[in-house]
Amino acid sequence: MKILVCMKQVPQKDAPLKLNESGTWIREDVSYEVNEPDAYALEEALRQKEKHGGEVVVITAGPARSQQVLREALAKGADRAIHLEDPAFVGLDAINTARAFAAAIKDEKFDLIFTGLQSDDYGYAQTGVILAELLGWPHATIIMQIEKADGGIRVKRELEAGYFQFVDMPLPAVLTIQSGINKLRYATLIGIKQAKNKPLRKVALAEVQDALSPNLLKLERLYVPQKTKNTEVLQGSAGEIAKKLTEKLRNEVRVL
Amino acid sequence: MAIKFRGVDFIEFDSLLSDDERLVRDTARKFIEDNLIPIIEQCNREGRFPRELVKPMAELGFYGASLKGYGCAGMSNVEYGLVMQEMERGDSGVRSFVSVQSALCMYPIYAFGSEEQKQKWLPAMQKGEKLGCFGLTEPDFGSNPGGMRTRAQKTGKEYVLNGEKMWITSGSIADVAVIWAKNEEEDDNIRGFLVETDRPGFRAADVHGKWSLRASVTSSLSLQDVRIPECNLLPKSGGLKSPLMCLNQARYGIAWGAVGAAMACYDCALQYAQFRKQFHDQPIASHQLVQEKLVWMINEITKGQLLVLQVGRLKDQERAGHQHISMAKRNNVWMALECARMARDILGANGIADEYPIFRHMANLESVKTYEGTHDIHTLIIGSNITGLDAF
Ligand SMILES: Cc1cc2nc3c(=O)[nH]c(=O)nc-3n(C[C@H](O)[C@H](O)[C@H](O)COP(=O)(O)OP(=O)(O)OC[C@H]3O[C@@H](n4cnc5c(N)ncnc54)[C@H](O)[C@@H]3O)c2cc1C
Ligand SMILES: Cc1cc2nc3c(=O)[nH]c(=O)nc-3n(C[C@H](O)[C@H](O)[C@H](O)COP(=O)(O)OP(=O)(O)OC[C@H]3O[C@@H](n4cnc5c(N)ncnc54)[C@H](O)[C@@H]3O)c2cc1C
Repeated sequence: MKILVCMKQVPQKDAPLKLNESGTWIREDVSYEVNEPDAYALEEALRQKEKHGGEVVVITAGPARSQQVLREALAKGADRAIHLEDPAFVGLDAINTARAFAAAIKDEKFDLIFTGLQSDDYGYAQTGVILAELLGWPHATIIMQIEKADGGIRVKRELEAGYFQFVDMPLPAVLTIQSGINKLRYATLIGIKQAKNKPLRKVALAEVQDALSPNLLKLERLYVPQKTKNTEVLQGSAGEIAKKLTEKLRNEVRVL
Repeated sequence: MAIKFRGVDFIEFDSLLSDDERLVRDTARKFIEDNLIPIIEQCNREGRFPRELVKPMAELGFYGASLKGYGCAGMSNVEYGLVMQEMERGDSGVRSFVSVQSALCMYPIYAFGSEEQKQKWLPAMQKGEKLGCFGLTEPDFGSNPGGMRTRAQKTGKEYVLNGEKMWITSGSIADVAVIWAKNEEEDDNIRGFLVETDRPGFRAADVHGKWSLRASVTSSLSLQDVRIPECNLLPKSGGLKSPLMCLNQARYGIAWGAVGAAMACYDCALQYAQFRKQFHDQPIASHQLVQEKLVWMINEITKGQLLVLQVGRLKDQERAGHQHISMAKRNNVWMALECARMARDILGANGIADEYPIFRHMANLESVKTYEGTHDIHTLIIGSNITGLDAF
């Protein structure tokens, strides 16, 4: 099976974030890491390859720094990488990101494309689904398990409240992978060494520009919520106070 | 309060590292965070070496990481150093185990061994299937190993070894011991011998009652008429400079490791000081005296990082002298120990409890200050280098 894994570099989860001057995004000087569900998507692709053979290709769209995501994936066992390299990919809307991916892989033939369920920074949960639409492929989201089946695959989707859904689908297909589907491996030191010799194709923005339309995403303002303190003494009989208190807990604090 | 390590980088030190170096560091950091941090305090309490980590560490390629071939990763010296840093951020004892396996056992086999010896031991040691120890120190000879009494006598096609070794890391868990002994047939020239630890006459007894490196095994070795085939001599070893070459490898790793221990203490103390409130409901980090300590630490850690990185870069160009490595070991272990003491102070009473890693690091670093050449011996090595006069 030939599998493409779409991976994104996102700000580290516990990194202290600072807003940029215009208050529209965070400052660049934070630590970055692989988007968590994407790491699981890669792991799943590597496991599928170990079971059924084939090739694992990783792709990212982002500035030069995001190459680290690809290096790590190659060190863990991906065979080759594609880097859509441009700062303009930061903050690009989901449809254009998907269009850029589709354009970059137009000469490839994949059986499966994995994305993470969503990204830890913008959290669209859209890119994979739109990519499937652009390619005219079926897709399934929130995947917890993938088995090869006659003429295709059988996948397990996570629904709400502890329910799961099993779906049979043909190939090629796009799957968006849920965190926790498997146990992540570490890159090995040898793997890191070997990654140096694996192919990494760079694709400039200009090469895919024709496929793109204006970015429809615009962040107007980001701000840190103001902390406020407010003390209120409830008056009345015990019964009245209890009633007011439960109302407040239900409607204002919303913990009940 | 749960404190999670965040790394320490005051002057964009990371920008001095290549992408691969950072990836190596981050991989080691994650492994240690996931696998060692959750168990280390308990291991330390029980005085138990976490043997369950031997294989997982092998799988990541931590043993003999800077050697080439034989299944080893062929890391640069800087990459190897960064792995040591992350190990010791976890625990000096576990780092000691890896140092001994890599720098004190695999390295002498690699550097002084025959092809046959290399084929026999290196792949198995890289996989963690065979463990090693390094026997240089004796009860009466520590800083001055040249005075050693352990001897090798040639009889027929065998060597017969007799002597006592003391303070040997991993002694009782090792499959093979690199034993340094005076070879009678060569006028007492010091040579290295590979001694399988199951040979008759070889005994290892653990040192108990240690207050330091409790998660690492330390043993005394006794060799009574231990017979080994002559092919167990390390053919290219010769004179005291051979074990000293091994120590140079290990000391270099220690200089990085100490930075890791210091980072752990500093980061913990910083987070604690920002959280802990005393007087006027203010965090103790708001007091000048506490800030002075934190500033001292970040200052010295930053200098230590730069020092050891430069020594590593020199080493990668084969230009690092033993005096450079001595300076890095001497300075960084000293500063790490000072950081641990200050961090201990900042945590007040909590600083003595093993809910926090600081006291463990502090106690560990006392050993690290002594082994691989004591702090003062490194003073004399550097002194000798700059003045041209020996003061030993
Ligand atoms: C936990 C642990 C693990 C160890 N693991 C190993 C191992 O795996 N293999 C191994 O071979 N050894 C190992 N060692 C031994 C270690 O290398 C020695 O302890 C070290 O070399 C110091 O020797 P010593 O303890 O005999 O101290 P001594 O040599 O007796 O030194 C005592 C003090 O005297 C000072 N001193 C000595 N000579 C001079 C001088 N000329 N001028 C000024 N001061 C001087 C020293 O600096 C020191 O402060 C280990 C030690 C420890 C604590
Ligand atoms: C083994 C042990 C036994 C003990 N036994 C007893 C006992 O029997 N009875 C009892 O009552 N207590 C006991 N204590 C508690 C001990 O007295 C306290 O630990 C001590 O007063 C320090 O308080 P703390 O640990 O809360 O540290 P903190 O007060 O939190 O201090 C932490 C750090 O902040 C610094 N700091 C705090 N305020 C300032 C400031 N304004 N300016 C500059 N620096 C500041 C401190 O110097 C220290 O470095 C014991 C402690 C230990 C470790």
